[in-house]
Amino acid sequence: MKGCNKLVDVGRRQFLRGGAVATVGAVASAVVPSTSKAKPLPARVQYPSNRLANISELEVNEPLHISYPDEDSPGVLLKLGTPVDGGVGPDRDIVAFSTLCPHKGFPLVYVAEDKTLSCPGHYSLFDCEKGGLQIMGQATQNLPQFALRVDDKGDIYAEGVDELIYGRLSNVL
Amino acid sequence: MAFKRHIDRLPIIPADAKKHTVVCHYCIVGCGYHAYTWPVNKQGGTEPSQNAFGVDLSKQQPAETEAWYAPSMYNIVQQDGKDVHLVIKPDKGCVVNSGLGSARGARMAEMSYSRARATQQQRLTHPMVWRYGQMQPTSWEDALDLVARVTVAVIKDQGEDGLFVSVFDHGGAGGGYENTWGTGKLYFGAMKVKNIRIHNRPAYNSEVHASRDMGVYELNNCYEDAELCDTIVAVGCNPLETQTNYFLNHWIPNLRGTSLDKKREQLPDEEHAPGKIIIVDPRRTATIAACEAEAGKENVLHLPIEPGTDMVLFNAWLTYIAEKGWQDKDFIAASTKDFDKALAANKTTLAEAAKICGVPEADIEKAAQWIAAPKNGKRRRTMFAYEKGLIWGNDNYRTNAALVNVALATGNIGRPGGGCVRMGGHQEGYARPSHAHVGRPAAYVDKLLIEGKGGVHHIWGCDHYKTTLNAHQFKQVYKKRTDMVKDAMNAVPAGDRAAQVAAIVEAIKAGGLFAVDVDIVPTKIGEACHVWLPAATSGEMNLTSMNGERRMRLTERYMDPPGEAMPDCLIAARIANHMERVLREIGDDKYADQFKGFDWKTEEDAFMDGYHKVAKGGEHVTYERLRAMGTNGFQEPAVGFEGGKIVGTKRLYADGKFDTKDGKARFMEAKWRGLQAPGKKEQKAKFKYLINNGRTNLVWQNAYLDQDNEFVMDRFPYPFIEMNPEDMKELGVGPGDLVEIYNDDGSTQAMVYPAPSAKKGQTFMLFGYPTGVQGNVVNAGTNELIVPNYKQTWADIRPLSKAPDSVKHLSFKSPHYKVG
Repeated sequence: MKGCNKLVDVGRRQFLRGGAVATVGAVASAVVPSTSKAKPLPARVQYPSNRLANISELEVNEPLHISYPDEDSPGVLLKLGTPVDGGVGPDRDIVAFSTLCPHKGFPLVYVAEDKTLSCPGHYSLFDCEKGGLQIMGQATQNLPQFALRVDDKGDIYAEGVDELIYGRLSNVL
Repeated sequence: MAFKRHIDRLPIIPADAKKHTVVCHYCIVGCGYHAYTWPVNKQGGTEPSQNAFGVDLSKQQPAETEAWYAPSMYNIVQQDGKDVHLVIKPDKGCVVNSGLGSARGARMAEMSYSRARATQQQRLTHPMVWRYGQMQPTSWEDALDLVARVTVAVIKDQGEDGLFVSVFDHGGAGGGYENTWGTGKLYFGAMKVKNIRIHNRPAYNSEVHASRDMGVYELNNCYEDAELCDTIVAVGCNPLETQTNYFLNHWIPNLRGTSLDKKREQLPDEEHAPGKIIIVDPRRTATIAACEAEAGKENVLHLPIEPGTDMVLFNAWLTYIAEKGWQDKDFIAASTKDFDKALAANKTTLAEAAKICGVPEADIEKAAQWIAAPKNGKRRRTMFAYEKGLIWGNDNYRTNAALVNVALATGNIGRPGGGCVRMGGHQEGYARPSHAHVGRPAAYVDKLLIEGKGGVHHIWGCDHYKTTLNAHQFKQVYKKRTDMVKDAMNAVPAGDRAAQVAAIVEAIKAGGLFAVDVDIVPTKIGEACHVWLPAATSGEMNLTSMNGERRMRLTERYMDPPGEAMPDCLIAARIANHMERVLREIGDDKYADQFKGFDWKTEEDAFMDGYHKVAKGGEHVTYERLRAMGTNGFQEPAVGFEGGKIVGTKRLYADGKFDTKDGKARFMEAKWRGLQAPGKKEQKAKFKYLINNGRTNLVWQNAYLDQDNEFVMDRFPYPFIEMNPEDMKELGVGPGDLVEIYNDDGSTQAMVYPAPSAKKGQTFMLFGYPTGVQGNVVNAGTNELIVPNYKQTWADIRPLSKAPDSVKHLSFKSPHYKVG
């Protein structure tokens, strides 16, 4: 136990002396020289900030096909017409989702009548007004939603995803 | 907001990961999966050579790819004492599911015990006993000694009838051939326990007595028959939600017409068309919506009959088919008895049926045509499938018989595209010594417990508090009786075993009950118990079961059980060992000798002692042979072993010989007698709403694991009750509001879910849910064989609370698929 405490102490002193990045380098080179090239990677993937559209291009309850974080990951941008949790824009009603069904990757279809995305493959249904909650279906996760930001010009940017997108083991390839 | 995991990448399965055969341990379909495990400090890469799929994972993978898994399919668990990564993903090569995963099975990894990722921390890890006023961890030796001493004391005082047992009889998790044999050998071999019941009903009996009495085992076809038939008749079942991949992978191809090539290839001498489907259910289900989308409304006939009138409908079909001369005369003559007798007794006109069932005469006639009208001189192939709407419905024995009558009359058992089968709940996995001594009707165990009978209660993977009828009264009495024993135990030092046992026995004599709960998680009934024994589940042990087409597979052990948990079969063996020891101590060697033969060290020992020796064809089956047969296994019964493979049986009764002494199936009389179970008519007359009930897609069984899963509990913090919007208006309730459902038998709660397709006055509540138990309002009446009728329940409804915060983010939109 004493040894452990000492190591913690060493780490703490070095942290105070030189900052986190330098500390990791110093400890690594002291203990395992062969891994001295290791550098810390971010814990989560780095999402690009991609412009999807301008607010002026959106019409209420008319889906706009987009892709994010890259062109192989199709999605939908929606202006729902009523404010929702997680909605952006002046009316807090703009949302975007992946349109690959998180069950087996079939393309989802927007049903304007009740603002849902439905899967013709195995009949799963997701509620666009409730953060992509699976109403009923075979996916084991709710629908990946894209985090949106709207700038002063009304340009809508996607900047993140809250669930794993179907067909990729990393949201950013 | 909807629950999100915020997982944006997953560890990649390396090329050298260990691969284990897994069968989903939840529903009867038994989908094939593989469990991949590899050391926690290793990972695969995106290069084809670096991952188990041999593909470039830096690219987007297409729909239905094998090279993707959801976060729910991943975990970190222990294997041989070391942390390993675990991925459990559906197997494309399994003929049952062809790579499909359901919303239940595809969560198996996430539903595993993981200290590293804090999943299923509810699991029992050590034996627990009631000590100093609460449940406390103890050793196996200590817990088993207490169980054995109290059990022996009760038997010495009351005989074996003083030992009450509630025990699973199925396959999959909380069951399987190993564990039904272990418990069966204890209670039906070493002892002859009579006061015993099964997990979902209050007696030890078949749910489908009539079919068996007619010589027709209830799982008699193969899943492929759903692809080959001309018509599917689905009674009281909702397979999109409850036998999902059987429906998606075998029914839908027929309705879509994509199984036509298979029909033409296997049945070349007749006309073929895409399948039609008849669905008998008072409620419009998600299954019906999906069928209509695929087959077109013109090929889907929904008969929303008055609840509980199924028998009349089937009798009208039989009568009409015979009038038209569409019955299979050769088959009836060669393979059956009593057709004319049953036909005369069950005679029902279309007009009579229309009146009682509340559906148009023309629709009943159309259904009979879809079932039996010859196609250009050839016999129409029809598959009949039924489940709890019939099994747990009105007058179920006769209703079951009436449906099997139609299947027999049309020659649809034992032939391609036929079958008269239950859809099933759990998988099956029954291997036990004879239970003939239980008698028929079997003891109504819950009723006896309520009446104060019995001194000790052993419970195996059952939770009466959630899944029995008359649950309200049962819980009240059960708590009182077990509390008497708890109070007695509190009064004596825990370390003085002799004094403890004496105090317990005294409390039992005063009306108390000592309860032992063997389970994988703390249950609701467990709260009343005095000993908890932790069991291992599928994958933590090797486990064999068969699915709804009798397909037997071995799930290989891929992880350690939590803590000291053991397979049920070994727990049963250790109870037997301790009872033998205690009996010798008190000098009863003769009785002690009955507890010999439980020296199993592994679950494989139990399998070889049980299934291998006693099951039909069991001599051909070993773990080694099953391992070699992977997720496809073989269909029971085994008939040989050739070329390194177990040879199975695709369909039962293909030779026209049934399970009766003379080999002839029996037609059975089934006369309508209205609402049969005691108390039902009165309840219907007094209360306004039908409280129909059943399962939903997302939740497995009584949510024993789901209750600790955020994805599920976020969706359903409370059980839903589907209601017609007009009824909601009258009650002044909105979506998500909590309501009380109450009648003279009890009360419970549920969350309102609007259902525009529901008939006025007919609600549907999620069954067996921990935060609102539907069984509380089901009265105690059963049929003459003690099979309950959960479905025909009536109650009043009143508001309890406006939608609580925990449901405000939920969707209350229709779960029925519509074409976009």
